This record gives sequence, structure tokens and C-alpha cells, in this order.
Amino acid sequence: MKLKTLMMGAVTASAVLVAGSALAADTIKIGSVLSITGPASFLGDPEDKTLKMYVEKINAEGGVNGKQLELVVYDDAGDANNAKTFATRLVEEDKVVAIVGGSTTGTTMAMIPVFEDAELPFISLAGAVVIIDPVKKWVFKTPHTDKMACQKIFEDMKAKGISKIGMISGTGGFGKSMQAQCKGVAPDYGIEVLADETYGPKDSDMTPQLTNIKGTAGLQAVLNPGFGQGPAIVTRNYKQLGIELPLYQSHGVASKSFIDLAADAAEGVRLPAAALLVADKLDDADPQKAVVTGYKAMYEEKSGQAVSTFGGHAFDGLFILTDAMKRAGSEEPAAVRDEIEKTTGFMGTAGVVNMSATDHLGLDLTAFRMLEIKGGDWMLAK
Amino acid sequence: MADFLQFAFSGLTVGAIYALVALGFTIIYNASDVVNFAQGEFVMIGGMVTVFAYAAGLPLPVAALLAVIVAVFVGLALEWLAIEPARDAPPVTLIIITIGASIFLRGLAQVVFDKQFHSLPAFSGDEPIRIGGAALLPQSFWVLGSAIVIFLALYAFFNHTLTGKAVLATAANRFAARLVGINTTFVMALSFAVSAAIGAIAGVLVTPITLTSYDVGTLLALKGFASAMLGGMGNPIGAVIGGLLVGLLEAFGAGYINSEYKDAIAFLVILGVLFVMPQGLFGRSHTERV
Repeated sequence: MKLKTLMMGAVTASAVLVAGSALAADTIKIGSVLSITGPASFLGDPEDKTLKMYVEKINAEGGVNGKQLELVVYDDAGDANNAKTFATRLVEEDKVVAIVGGSTTGTTMAMIPVFEDAELPFISLAGAVVIIDPVKKWVFKTPHTDKMACQKIFEDMKAKGISKIGMISGTGGFGKSMQAQCKGVAPDYGIEVLADETYGPKDSDMTPQLTNIKGTAGLQAVLNPGFGQGPAIVTRNYKQLGIELPLYQSHGVASKSFIDLAADAAEGVRLPAAALLVADKLDDADPQKAVVTGYKAMYEEKSGQAVSTFGGHAFDGLFILTDAMKRAGSEEPAAVRDEIEKTTGFMGTAGVVNMSATDHLGLDLTAFRMLEIKGGDWMLAK
Repeated sequence: MADFLQFAFSGLTVGAIYALVALGFTIIYNASDVVNFAQGEFVMIGGMVTVFAYAAGLPLPVAALLAVIVAVFVGLALEWLAIEPARDAPPVTLIIITIGASIFLRGLAQVVFDKQFHSLPAFSGDEPIRIGGAALLPQSFWVLGSAIVIFLALYAFFNHTLTGKAVLATAANRFAARLVGINTTFVMALSFAVSAAIGAIAGVLVTPITLTSYDVGTLLALKGFASAMLGGMGNPIGAVIGGLLVGLLEAFGAGYINSEYKDAIAFLVILGVLFVMPQGLFGRSHTERV
């Protein structure tokens, strides 16, 4: 992998042809531009692996509409300019019929005009709500938005009778966007943000900000939208200062390393996360259980890595697309687009997808589960 | 009052880290007029090697010692392979070489270690000590105490040992120092080794508080450099005071004014001081003999 990363740097892009039937006319060409290397490689790498392993699986099972899938993947290394160049190449040289990809909001937004001009259906794997709001005819996306994470957290707070909270947010892209979204939807849940502190993404001590939060009268809970090591330090400082209020983290910390880094301090922290993280702990009756355990087992066996929600977004995108192709009975872009928009009851790793002409995401809040950290592990919160 | 104490403790802990990095800058600067921007990478190596050696089963003190040794070797290699071949180049060129070395070390760390964040257990437990309503981690005492001990040792070294004076003499005039029989090659190597060791010790000490990853060095080098400039480049007392001041400015800025602008507040004050006192708080003014 490391050698591969180095080679990627030198070549800047790799076109990968799967299925070995590149010359056959009866293939369906699907394109993808992902951030496989570079700063967003934690997104693009599992997405790339997921797409390849499932395209292989679909082909082994007979393909779509009797035709083999052919996947063309380019690596934009997290750069929006690269993404746009590769998007153009997918349209003009590779002549793909649909695109599943775009690891970050930046690369996705750069590619949208290209695919809109070419009138090809494009399913993005990036987070921000701007991708589908306002609705664009040819653009869809699979991951839940940070606004939905805020709503899920506030729903949980409301149920517990919490109405006055403090926020401490990272100033990195993720924290900043979620801070704004949360403050936007807080009034809908009757929640007041009484303290609003921030910290830099590389800061190593947040006790001054937390001291101010501790000194704010009337708070009932604290919310920390952030990503990376920041939330782990916030959680440790929170315990150091002996703050007794419930601490809510975002889905940005939903990985095992957060628990390792925050150690004892993580006990009792609540956060919203995709069902994939707690696949084994879901009720057998849970309609999502089969999908998430199936994907988790396949991914972990083939890649040797722990499953992440990001690869799950690619899984959802690929199957929303192939299902639409099956319903349309062809791979003709306009027909496929119409069918993607009619997706209903699709059970993906992110939740149930019900798209419509006004909703090109189709997820509701059931996509998130509230988790609580207990005994150094995730538990479904009661 | 409790708030004030909490801000002060936070500032002193972070400031002590900056002070240790600034001390590392001071030593190499004293010996060679070079500002070594790879100083932050020594801190990273100290933390990362300890984390991985500890995870491999070595006891914490042994892992820490190993980390310091590795850092010293990296420091020596940096001096031999990058600085020494270019020693006749002007300081600006050498500084640029150290920036290149820092980027190289960061890249190497990504490959040798990984890109994740890591932590170490605190040396004396995680139970905070409460003083006047403020909470302080025992690890903070380790950081502060070590900064003081290292500072005193350096002070004694530079002012009361022949080798220390040889380092200062080399800095003042390398050619003249060589004429009076000082082995300037040895002095250069020594300063990089000592500087790397201090950086690595800082890395081991702060990892339980601040966590570590392959790229922690960048920001620390920047803050340490600002501290050294504020205190007066080349002065160990200045490095320590400068480091603590920058830490306190950040903590009080975040606590009393606005956490959004805490870095800006600290750098504004530094700019203000340097505007009035271009040599820093404790710096000697340079006189050029014509």
C-alpha cells in the first residue's frame, strides 16, 4: 500500500480496468474519481476498495442486465482541479454512462458542472448538504449530512429534557460546518446554545475554553463537533476539569481510535453514528442488520482492514445505481437517472433510502443510531 | 479566581512545551547561527518512537530512552549529511535546508510509523490535582519540572564548563574559535545531539497530554520559534520565558477574550514586542565590527 502510494504520487493517476472484458461491446462502463491518496485518503481508500470488490462480485454473479460492469477509477489525491480534469476524461475518453464517486465536497462540487453538461447520473459520496440542496437534476448523494447528525443529537437531548447547552467546536472544515448547522437547527428542538467556544484543529489543550463552559450557569449538556485528535483532547480535558454534564460528540469521532485516545474519559460520551459501527450489536430483527453485517464481513475479509462508514457510502452508491439500471432495463443515462430518483425502500449501510424529485439523498434520521461509550466499547444508547 | 488559576495552569503547561522546543532552537542557533526548523520533528520522533517501542512491549523508561537515542542519531545525521556539507553557505541557505529536512522526516515518519494519533499513559496517573478550584494533571508537573531541570543544566553547561564556552565561542566566531584550538566540527555535532535529545525528551513528556502523530512537529516548531524570538534568539533564559509567555498569552486569550482568535492574540503581542524590541526581551543587540 505504501509503495502504491509512492507510485501514485509519481504517476498522479491510475486507471483500473476490472473484469478483463474491456474490448467487449456488451459492458456497462461506470466511472469514479476518488481521493485514494492525499489528505482525504481515509475516505477514498476504503471507497476504492469497496467499489472494486463489489464490481467484481456483481460480475461474477452475471453482471447487470446480462452485461458485465467495467469500472474506471481515477485518483484525484484530494485536489478539486484534478477531479475536474478526470471528470472530463471520464466523459470524453472513457465514455462512461454513470459516475459513483467524489470523496470530498470540494472534489464533488468541481465535478458537478462536467456531469451536468454531459447529462450523466452522478452519485456523490461526500458529506455536505450543498451537493443536493438545491436539487440538481443529475446529482445524488449517499452519505448523511452533518445537519442530520445535529438533528439526531438534539432529538436525543430533547428526549432527556435538555434545553440549554454549551458548544465547543473545532475550527477545521468538519467542525466549522457542523457548528453552523447545529446552531441553525437548535431552535427547532427548543435548544439554546448558551456557550459557544472553538479550538484549532491542532491545539493540544482546551481547558481554557472548557473552563468558560464550566463557568456558564444553567448548562445541561455540552456538544463537541470536531474531527481528528481534537475531540479526544476535549474529552480528556473535560474529565480533568471534573465537568459532570453529559458530553455529546459528533459522528466525526466514530472510530475505535477515539476510544483508545480518550481512554477512561470517553466513558459515558454519547454520539450519533451509522449502524455499520455497531453491526454486531444490532437486534436480529433490525432490517438493516443483514446489509451491514454482510458488507462488514466482505470488506474486512477482502481488505484486511477494519470497516469504515466511508466505504459503506460507496457500497450504497454502487447498488443504488445498479438497482436503477435493472429497473430501467438498460444503462441509458436518462432512463437510469429517472430510476435513481424513484429509489424507494433501498436498504443501504447508511439506512433506508427513499428518493424523490425533491430529495436526492433520501435518508431520514433513522440512518443514525445514538451510541454511548461503555466499558471502552460502543453501545446502542437506550 | 478559580478560572484565572485554570487559565494560568493551562498556559504554563503548554508554555513549558514551547519553552523546551525554544531551548532546542537556542542551542543550535548558539553553535551555528542556524535556526533549525526540524526541531519540531525531534519532538515528534521522541513521542512516536516511545509509543511504538512501548506498544512493542518495552517498559516505558526503556522506550523513552530508546526514543532519545534515536532522536540523537537523527540529529547527528542531519548535521553530518545536510548541514556539514553546506557549512560555508550563508545561514539562510542552512535554514532552508533544515526546512527541507523537516519535511523529509515527516514523510519518513508516515512510512515508518503511521498516520494515526497515539497516546502514552501518564507517568503518575490521570487523577487531576485540585488547587484553588482549578484542576491540573500530574503530567503537567513532569513537563514543568523537566523544563526547569533542563534549563538549569544548560545554563550551567554554557556558563561553567569549558565545552559550553567552546560552543559559545564557536557561535561568536567560528574561524577565531578554530584558531584557538576549539574543535568546531565536534561543537556543531554536539549542539545538534543535545538539541535533538531535548526535543525528544519534550516529545516523551507531552505525549500523554497532547497526543502525538507524524505531523505534530510543524506547529510546535512554529510556536517554539516564536517563543525563542520573543525571548531573544540565542538566550536560554529568553527561550524559557518566551515559551511560558506564549503559552500564557494563548490560554488567557482563549479564556478571557475569544477562543476563535487565541493564536492571533498571541502573535499580535509577539509582533508588538518585536516591533519595540527587535532583539526580543532578553536578546543581545548585535554589533557588527567593520
